Amino acid sequence: MSYVEATPLGARARRRRILGRRFLRRPAAVVSLGIVVGAIGAAVLARWVAPYAPGETDFDAILASPSREHLLGTDELGRDTLSRIIWGARASIQAGFFATMLAMALAVPIGLIAGYYRGWLDTVIARVTDVLLAFPFLILAVGLAAILGPSLLNATLALGIAAVPPLVRIARGEALALREEDYVRAAVANGANDAVIIGRHIVPNMASTLLVQATLTIPAAIIGEAVLSFLGLGVQPPTPSWGVMLNAAQSYLGEAPSLAVYPGLAIVIVALAFNLLGDGLRDVLDPKTER
Amino acid sequence: MTELLLEVQDLSVRFKTDDGAVHAVDRMSLALLPSEVLGIVGESGCGKSVTALSIVGLLPSTAKVTGSVRFEGAELLGASRSRLRKIRGRKISFVFQEPMTSLNPVLRIGNQIEEVVREHMDLSRHAVRGRVLELLDLVHIPDPGRRIDEYPHQLSGGMRQRVMIAMALACDPKILIADEPTTALDVTIQAGILDLLRELRERLGTAIILITHNLGVVADLADRVVVMYAGRKAEEAPVGELFAHPQHPYTIGLLGAVPRPGAARNGRLQEIPGRVPSLAQLPGHCAFADRCPRADERSWSEVPQLRRVSPDHTVACFHPGEG
Repeated sequence: MSYVEATPLGARARRRRILGRRFLRRPAAVVSLGIVVGAIGAAVLARWVAPYAPGETDFDAILASPSREHLLGTDELGRDTLSRIIWGARASIQAGFFATMLAMALAVPIGLIAGYYRGWLDTVIARVTDVLLAFPFLILAVGLAAILGPSLLNATLALGIAAVPPLVRIARGEALALREEDYVRAAVANGANDAVIIGRHIVPNMASTLLVQATLTIPAAIIGEAVLSFLGLGVQPPTPSWGVMLNAAQSYLGEAPSLAVYPGLAIVIVALAFNLLGDGLRDVLDPKTER
Repeated sequence: MTELLLEVQDLSVRFKTDDGAVHAVDRMSLALLPSEVLGIVGESGCGKSVTALSIVGLLPSTAKVTGSVRFEGAELLGASRSRLRKIRGRKISFVFQEPMTSLNPVLRIGNQIEEVVREHMDLSRHAVRGRVLELLDLVHIPDPGRRIDEYPHQLSGGMRQRVMIAMALACDPKILIADEPTTALDVTIQAGILDLLRELRERLGTAIILITHNLGVVADLADRVVVMYAGRKAEEAPVGELFAHPQHPYTIGLLGAVPRPGAARNGRLQEIPGRVPSLAQLPGHCAFADRCPRADERSWSEVPQLRRVSPDHTVACFHPGEG
């Protein structure tokens, strides 16, 4: 059939190239992407990248300052700080990604149902969301984690659930706006059922908004994981996590302040990178911000 | 007499709003024969679109619809959602006014047409694509093999409207309802779309309900014309009869407002004085009375009923005539 051969360079490929070029024009976003990829790489490849095992102690170098053997020094048990930061990235990245995925998986269907079908269910969902939004994200997460009990899994669940309300609101708002679009009306007039309308017309059109929102939820969850672990509600020592390391460093602030500085910096840099990446994606995917 | 394809009787539509009920359509009746083109004319807000949307139950739930809509003899008002869905797109389909926003920006046009085909017809993947190409060809989109994989933003307004028409025709519907199909387009593109509609009626035998405020469009395409005013039918006649012997002063006013080459060159088009009445409460008198040169006491005290001035010409006026 000649029809198939006649297809030129796909429009999708062309659009992707345009978006790619627009992304490259934003240095902050490009650097952030590098940091994010680096952090994910470090977390996944910790076993091979980290110079020492996270629990390996060197009693000849306790609270040591940076040296050739221990690039960022050691802690009170002689454990290598750099290695523990690399291993600690696992908890952070895991919590960041899985909590965000969980939040999306819960929030998007709820928001879609509320925004698309309206009715009394929408009123209930919208009001409950408003009530939950009155609580700051971290307060909600701390409360849930305290109920669930301390572990990385429970911390992730708590963070994921706490991130649901704002995402419900966004998904609902998008669904509300998109259901009034002319092409949705046209699809209804042509006999499309609800599944087709939601699956083909509404979800694809809110995808870029959701993607950006996801990249902004991840850093919140990373910070949240650090907070929970710091408070003892997340990762338990001796497993490394940036929050656990900060907690341990507290007792030695006078003697070895650098113990608190490095994990703190790791949190700041990674969270900032995710945020800037999210901003960059929003600018790239939203045609209205194009200059 | 041939059997009616669509028969609308005493259709009334009321919208409940915070300021009370709005009567968008009042006791409207229409009939449509197979492969007939019926024009519905009137100014904005006279109830043309609402009438059309209510036929297949596309109005929001705030609308209260009464009367009867019979399609191929079966009642559609109050029919179940799933039954209406089988009729929408399959038997009665729509083309809307806004080609620029009526296509989903993230889907290729081929996929969008495909969706309608799939919803209503049981075809293999390959056959579906073949059908889509056939449809694009039918609406004269050049190079359908390439266009099928393009996105809406790559198409012009006229092209998009052709795609919308292809979608509406996907399942060989009996009736195509075109709601201001050319209003958003340039005049030259308009002519192309009208030619296309005429050709489709001749080739496929699709009946068309053409909703417009443009009398030129109606004169061009319609067999029969219904003039609506303030939610009611003002006049109905075959197109030639209506243009040659308009009876209702409103119709006469509309015709006077159409620019025509060679018409009296006194430099001005005739306008109809006054404004369209609010539909919040239907007046107990002729709705056109306050703008009508012929209005008298009777116009101000009674609602004129439709009456027959010739076998296929009806008018709702106490003082009809070409005057």
